[in-house]
Amino acid sequence: MRMQEILILKIVVRFIIPFIQVYGFYVITAGHLSPGGGFAGGTIVAASMVLYALTFDASQGLEKLSHERASLFESLGAIWYVALGLLGVLVGGNFLTNGQIGIPLGTPGYLISGGLIPLLSFGIGIKVAVTVVSLYYSLVEED
Amino acid sequence: MAILDLLLLSILVLCALAAVRTRDLLGAVIIYAAYSLLMAIIWLQLGAPDVAITEAALGAGVTTILMIATISKTGRYE
Repeated sequence: MRMQEILILKIVVRFIIPFIQVYGFYVITAGHLSPGGGFAGGTIVAASMVLYALTFDASQGLEKLSHERASLFESLGAIWYVALGLLGVLVGGNFLTNGQIGIPLGTPGYLISGGLIPLLSFGIGIKVAVTVVSLYYSLVEED
Repeated sequence: MAILDLLLLSILVLCALAAVRTRDLLGAVIIYAAYSLLMAIIWLQLGAPDVAITEAALGAGVTTILMIATISKTGRYE
């Protein structure tokens, strides 16, 4: 009985995780048009990865995203954000200057618009997702 | 809409009181997740869909998972 329940859970989770991740990345990429953005979308992506670690095993999840890889992605997200912000300083504006330094803003209401903002929320999304997952791993890890 | 708001807010207060008064910590965490979900609906009613999405993902999802992980490491009853 117990084994069969675990089998159903595993198959359903394996089926549902891609949908959660697609929704999370949708919330991230459409963050400048609709409610959502980097933080909320990153949390949804992280929830899918935590769901994997809950259903299977924390050690199995840790194989997919080890602590070294997690800190690499975290640092990449932060560096990506700061580098895009410093782009404005290098050209001669303020930190995180967007339209004034000649970045094409696109048509309002379309996916490719807003200049730097979609790229910034992508960096935030990566960083938040990896941070929340590694928070969970460091909490449940056997020591 | 005012009646719906009143209903949601009264259930919210009930959830908050129940989460504080329950002796079973796992039950308190579940009630807290219900509190977060109600709060997300109330944010939507107040016209803040951005905050509502964040509240639903963080309050009802990640906070509950972290608290249940903590309970699995410690004890269930206080």
